Amino acid sequence: MPSEARLRVKTLVMVLAMVVCANVGDLLLKRGMTQIGAVELTAQGVAHAFRLTVTNATVWLAILFLIGFMVSYMTVLSWADYSYVMPAGAFGYAVLTLLAVVFLHESVSPRRWFGVVLICVGVLLVGQTKPRTTEVPTEVVA
Amino acid sequence: MRFIIGLAILILGSTGGEIAITYGMKSVGEPARLRPLAVLQFLGRAVRNGWFWAGVPLMALSFYALLVLLSWEPISLVIPASALSYVAGTFGAKFILGEDVSAARWAGVILVCIGVALVAAG
Repeated sequence: MPSEARLRVKTLVMVLAMVVCANVGDLLLKRGMTQIGAVELTAQGVAHAFRLTVTNATVWLAILFLIGFMVSYMTVLSWADYSYVMPAGAFGYAVLTLLAVVFLHESVSPRRWFGVVLICVGVLLVGQTKPRTTEVPTEVVA
Repeated sequence: MRFIIGLAILILGSTGGEIAITYGMKSVGEPARLRPLAVLQFLGRAVRNGWFWAGVPLMALSFYALLVLLSWEPISLVIPASALSYVAGTFGAKFILGEDVSAARWAGVILVCIGVALVAAG
């Protein structure tokens, strides 16, 4: 594969990994914290919530996905432009809206749909620009 | 006035933090391959980079500003307003990181910024 096309494909794959990890991580965190229940804002309440949080499997799974987001974000920024990755990551808002409609049967206002359309057009515009416009050192294979 | 100052700290913190991390990752260099071992080696180098550790507290500051803003103003104002960080980030990418931001990329960023504000406003 020519290097330009390869760069584009691996950037898109990493941005997709970022979006998936961030959304799944947030949803799992929400589910885990709902299992724990509302946290009482007293020293005892916070300590109790902390014990429940660190022993909750869903919360740990959420943390794993959020680490996955951070790793894919750091990795993609090692070769791609910040001004490319940052707006492309906003695609997550559009995905989240669709997930909310399909799985949670939430009703979405026309204003929010218009926002989703603007995000998609914006991401498509950014997506067709060159993912990297600066020179970056490539690690030499040892 | 305090809203403007809080929002400025939120946007400058997150943008400054992400630009510092981008600068750090660029100076670390990309992983030789996208395999687990190569990515782990890359992460090992990344966490020893000073710019990474300059970025983390800035992002923490931004998160703290977000919490403070949310205690002052409704979420339907705070989150859409924070979408301005897309524009601030693009200015930072152009003038600090030296990225070439074409007209198409600017147009995309502005659409994304307005779109995120509309989605967040509900």
